[in-house]
Amino acid sequence: MKAIISIKDLHKTYSSGFIALKKINLEIKAGEIFALLGPNGAGKTTLISIICGIVTPSGGTVIADGSDIISDYRTARSKIGLVPQELTTDAFETVWATVTFSRGLFGCPPNDAYIEKILRQLSLWDKKNAKIRELSGGMKRRVMIAKALSHEPTILFLDEPTAGVDVELRRDMWDMVRELRERGVTILLTTHYIEEAEEMADRIGVINNGEIILVEDKATLMSKLGKKTLIIQLQNSVASIPPLLEKYQLQLSAQGFELHYSYDMQQPENGIAQLLADLDSVNLKVKDLHSSESSLEEIFVSLVNE
Amino acid sequence: MNWYGVKAIYYFEMARSWRTMMQSLASPVLSTSLYFVVFGTAIGSRMGDIDGVSYGAFIIPGLVMLSLLSQSISNASFGIFFPKFSGTIYEVLSAPVSPFEIVLGYVGAAATKSMVIGVVTLITARLFVDYSIDHPFWMLVFLVLTSITFSLFGFMIGIWADDFQKLQIIPLMIITPLTFLGGAFYSISMLPEPWQTLTLFNPVVYLISGFRWSFYSVADVSIGLSLSMTFLFLITCLAGTYWIFKTGYRLKS
Ligand SMILES: Nc1ncnc2c1ncn2[C@@H]1O[C@H](COP(=O)(O)OP(=O)(O)OP(=O)(O)O)[C@@H](O)[C@H]1O
Ligand SMILES: [Mg+2]
Repeated sequence: MKAIISIKDLHKTYSSGFIALKKINLEIKAGEIFALLGPNGAGKTTLISIICGIVTPSGGTVIADGSDIISDYRTARSKIGLVPQELTTDAFETVWATVTFSRGLFGCPPNDAYIEKILRQLSLWDKKNAKIRELSGGMKRRVMIAKALSHEPTILFLDEPTAGVDVELRRDMWDMVRELRERGVTILLTTHYIEEAEEMADRIGVINNGEIILVEDKATLMSKLGKKTLIIQLQNSVASIPPLLEKYQLQLSAQGFELHYSYDMQQPENGIAQLLADLDSVNLKVKDLHSSESSLEEIFVSLVNE
Repeated sequence: MNWYGVKAIYYFEMARSWRTMMQSLASPVLSTSLYFVVFGTAIGSRMGDIDGVSYGAFIIPGLVMLSLLSQSISNASFGIFFPKFSGTIYEVLSAPVSPFEIVLGYVGAAATKSMVIGVVTLITARLFVDYSIDHPFWMLVFLVLTSITFSLFGFMIGIWADDFQKLQIIPLMIITPLTFLGGAFYSISMLPEPWQTLTLFNPVVYLISGFRWSFYSVADVSIGLSLSMTFLFLITCLAGTYWIFKTGYRLKS
């Protein structure tokens, strides 16, 4: 698939001298959901802000849907919608006014039917005449999304869209994001919720200290870096791990009723068959077996801590 | 040109003013009335005519300029300061609008509002004093140019200010003294030297003098000079605004 956003050697030094981005190179494919993961201060918002024109880059180029974000900013920006991390809204405006304002600002002729459609989709229709300050936080977040969608962008940036949003609404948002993707909108979202990336993304990028340290298909990432744990339940408890089994680096838990064996899914030879045979030879009776996969969260933590 | 964008900003700003129209109008109307009661009626009745114009009528152009200057500056500075302060500026910065269009929207709205207030001040004055407008066309030219120039100036203040105090300080410490010393309440020919010469360094003198000329055909400095100075201020403010956007000064990090 072709890249809809190509970022080349993008770097940013803030006027304070702080280097927020170090020569970022990244391509976002048309039509995908790309999740950018990273700890606080990694540079996620800075990256998005540069692409959207809110922060000036110190160097490098970004091409969005064929247009350079600086020299051809009009075309580039008219294709991009942004839901910023902070909930910044005009408290005294009505929902309807603020969303139509956004549409006009982005150079689109009025289209009440379209605005009505997005407000309905975001369950904001009955609030259309409410002042924004009268809305709850989750509703405000949805107003921000409605504003970002008001000019029918083909690229949508969601900077931590589900921060402070309850579980139900989060599910709704995920559904909405998927729907947008089906309509051909490319989505880049940043999140702290690994669960979100795991649930939503086609590809995942990890950013830390202003550097992209990894970009991978979600499935590949999960299997490549994923460790599996085999949990062996014993019929009788053991006080310590028999010397014969030391090479497996087992962990004892559940008051000695469980042995945990972790192994790499990439390795062709995972040692399970041998382990089971060895268990038998030291006379440990196995009651049950099951395995668990490590989550993206664990992968993420191990990456960032490297 | 992104005309929809300009329109969106302009209407947004006008709607904001509209919501606070009562306050926006009440304060200049009230202060004009107070000036007239105190200077026009109470003190003015003891004053002789200046350049053949009754004192009450003489101060009208100066008073209108006073509210034009302060309203242009405060409307325009607040108009851009507030989104910067609340963070909603992100949307304007991320939109496909050029700096020129942004200025057109914000400054256009601020200038419109102060022109409305200028006209309302004039109408209020009518309740207290009779006055004539000898050159209505030039009166409008000064009204429009001054509103635009000082709205641009206010816009720059709004961008420069990073707290509410800075927003107030320039109008309070510089503009108000300059207006009061700019011949709103007296003809500069009434001043002794060296004050008379020093006053010529006060830009507001040219605005008030030109504006007063359009009313009564009398002026402290020649009308040509007033007009050239007014254009000079406009060009200076345009250049300043251009520089701000060119450098991204205080708008983008
Ligand atoms: N205007 C600024 N001036 C100086 N430094 C800044 C500025 N904005 C951000 N930074 C710094 O740049 C770094 C990256 O910030 P950024 O907001 O991009 O992080 P982030 O990945 O979005 O973090 P979070 O997950 O907390 O939102 C941080 O260390 C931050 O302090
Ligand atoms: Mg952030």
